[in-house]
Amino acid sequence: MSGEVGLVSFGAYIPRRRLDRKAAASANAWFNPGLMAAAKGERAMANWDEDAITMAVEAGRDCLTGFGASDVDHLTFASTTMPFTDRQNAGIAALALELSEDIASSDVTSSQRAGTSALLATANAVGAGSAENALIICADKRKTRAASTHELHFGDAGAAFLLGTKNVIAQLVGSHSVTVDFVDHFRGEGEDFDYNWEERWIRDEGFATIVPRAIKGVFEKTGVKGEDIAHFVMPCTFRGVPQKTAAKCGVNPDAIRDNLAATVGEAGTAHALLMLAHALEDAKPGEKILVASFGQGCDAIIFEATAALKDSAKRNGVSGSLANRKEETNYLKFLAFNGLVDLEKGMRAEKDNKTALTATYRKRDMLYSLVGGKCSKCGTAQFPRSRICVGPNCGEVDSQEPYSFADKPAKILSWSADFLTYSMDPPQHYGMVTFAEGGRFLADFTDVEHGTIDSGMDVRMVFRIKDFDVKRGFRRYFWKATLPHGT
Amino acid sequence: MASGIKDKVAILGMGCSKFGERWDMGAEELMVEAYLEAKADAGIETSQIEAAWLSTHIEEASVGKGGTPLSTTLRLPNIPVTRVENFCASGSDAFRGAVYAVAAGACDIALALGVEKLKDTGYGGLPTNQPGTLMPQWGANMSAPGSFAQLASAYRAKHGVDKDTLKKAIGHVSVKSHANGAKNPKAHLRKEVTEEQVLNAPIIAEPLGLFDCCGVSDGAACAIVTTPEIARSMKGNDAKLITVKALQLSLSNGLESQHNSWDGTYFHTARIAAKRAYDEAGITKPREQVSMMEVHDCFSITEMVTMEDLFISDEGNSWRDVLDGFYDSDGGVPCQIDGGLKCFGHPIGASGLRMLYEMYLQLQDRAGERQLKDPTIGLTHNLGGSPSQNVCSVAIIGEAGA
Repeated sequence: MSGEVGLVSFGAYIPRRRLDRKAAASANAWFNPGLMAAAKGERAMANWDEDAITMAVEAGRDCLTGFGASDVDHLTFASTTMPFTDRQNAGIAALALELSEDIASSDVTSSQRAGTSALLATANAVGAGSAENALIICADKRKTRAASTHELHFGDAGAAFLLGTKNVIAQLVGSHSVTVDFVDHFRGEGEDFDYNWEERWIRDEGFATIVPRAIKGVFEKTGVKGEDIAHFVMPCTFRGVPQKTAAKCGVNPDAIRDNLAATVGEAGTAHALLMLAHALEDAKPGEKILVASFGQGCDAIIFEATAALKDSAKRNGVSGSLANRKEETNYLKFLAFNGLVDLEKGMRAEKDNKTALTATYRKRDMLYSLVGGKCSKCGTAQFPRSRICVGPNCGEVDSQEPYSFADKPAKILSWSADFLTYSMDPPQHYGMVTFAEGGRFLADFTDVEHGTIDSGMDVRMVFRIKDFDVKRGFRRYFWKATLPHGT
Repeated sequence: MASGIKDKVAILGMGCSKFGERWDMGAEELMVEAYLEAKADAGIETSQIEAAWLSTHIEEASVGKGGTPLSTTLRLPNIPVTRVENFCASGSDAFRGAVYAVAAGACDIALALGVEKLKDTGYGGLPTNQPGTLMPQWGANMSAPGSFAQLASAYRAKHGVDKDTLKKAIGHVSVKSHANGAKNPKAHLRKEVTEEQVLNAPIIAEPLGLFDCCGVSDGAACAIVTTPEIARSMKGNDAKLITVKALQLSLSNGLESQHNSWDGTYFHTARIAAKRAYDEAGITKPREQVSMMEVHDCFSITEMVTMEDLFISDEGNSWRDVLDGFYDSDGGVPCQIDGGLKCFGHPIGASGLRMLYEMYLQLQDRAGERQLKDPTIGLTHNLGGSPSQNVCSVAIIGEAGA
């Protein structure tokens, strides 16, 4: 496994909204005054139309900056908050990322180290020659009870890596895993929330004994020593644990990386990968990165940054995602977005959103990949793709080739902020989006604040939940317009 | 070679129910209310009607599908009855069916009736709908106000009109209509409103406020048409004969919603329908020759840009004409002299026929307090859908000799 395989690219995604922890803690202080102690900084808060798939897709798009989606030959999606228990979630992401249909794919789930486990399995596939350009995407949007410490400590985010053997930016030096059924917490089938045992026990019996075993294991396998580590990635919401672990394993305390508690919160099984992506933004060629990911055992992985890291394409990554930030102080909105408060939605929300799966399948490239058509006769790009060209002097039949819109530059032609239509985040913004190279359609906007948009502004398209079919436990996805980073 | 509809069909009689929140009546009873007035106005028996067209859009909220709701309610004599549905232009399209049947010589007397019962839904505004199996999976989450409000941002950007001026102009559209509706016993809303009230009203879909949006209401309207010869023989040679001068329908073909040649500030179909209608009616100077208009003021911004689409105002200048009072009751071309959709509300299937009803009354000097001086040509503009995809009807009626 060591030697040739490594990370070829990385990406990250952190939702724009950052819930001020004081807003949550002070709302609940009457019930649990102790929460105020944890009320520092902010946590990433997914929008109502985001879930693990949409966040993983955004991280995947970021990761594929400068790469062709059609080159990816293997996909793994890791999450403990999969929208579907039986319908491959990775397959939805594969459509959104416009990957080839001739690839192997799988979902990996059920533990807080599913992300790193999936990364290792993917590396194994590459090392065995079963895949050349393997993509792993990972995200979590964990539900937490109001007035819990986890509500404050957790965050929503995603990360992605492309693995291969050519132009590696961080070589996989080695790994060691231990599998130990240490039940620090669990979430049973059909349950919304985790059940947690005592923090002191988790810290003293769990982290303190299991993680060092895995780390020592990888040091033995690879010959790498603690003092060789320049970046130590260890997700943990308990204070002092990475420090104690570093001390036990001979790792320099200065190597301990920011666990993003103050700015993101712990993003479940994606967090180790998120912190790893962040490390790659700082790492210099030759520096070694140790990742220790805890979850009923531990995966300990060592990477070494290569010279190619310097030349990799500019991407949002963790830093760019952190900067694309909007403060949120409305705790009630957070509860509503997570289905934790029963708002009066009115009769308009009673609309039945049953989906004709036959139509979804026939139009899957249109709906999930945002692929339209380009007429081979008159050159008009159009959405959706149709049998008869919309070009005013054309009207050619069956002349359109599939044409991708997702990454094309676009602008707002017209818009409105609608307070009447049913929306989870009123007012609902939507408008005519025109694509610079041709084509347009009336699109929902997302993540835009009232009063900030007008005709002529640039937008980019993002993959989001279209709506929910609460009656049947389904959700469907489509693309919406939002403002680019830095607008 | 087809020569158009001008003067081939006459309106024998019309009727219109009181529009409003008719808690007292279902769709069936409203149909009868409009029909009895039309029948009396025409001076005919039900047995003389040879073909009928029923217009209703949201049938699932009222009478259900097919033509049988009209046939059974009016006890029509087992004649052809066609249900027409073309969004908010359904009423005009039903009229078109009846008129073409008479002009084709297929029958002597035909009926068009539009009805909508929207107040059984349990909530305000247009009900949510299911536009097929594919559209719900990608169409924007729109309401009617938000979809028509698109015009405002695009219009501002193109013509350089600032937010406040545009808001005032569309506000005046509603102020003017309310002043007219106050004189109409059949209107739902009969109170005048001030500019201040309109400008300060809560926003529904930016920049449209409460008073920029027509309400949802119940109503029915009816027309009975025949040949000019039959009309003359029944009404006598001295009666003022009202004939159809033009009937044009133009539908979007995807250009506006998919092609970057449309700039979002006007209705592509309205311009086409208007030009065809003026050609059909022999009108060359609409701003001078059209006496009065009823247009589709579902939203004030729609009415404003429509003034340009009907070639009454120059492109980019409708807001000035509006603010100058050119479309007020005492202006150059009075618009919405009956109060419009704004005061009647919009029982969708009925509106196109309600518009014709007012033009018909005005042409016969029967408009009471609202009567304009010697109108000769009345134009209706009836539009359904959204700015980027729609059905637009332009109909012109007038005195037989005009």
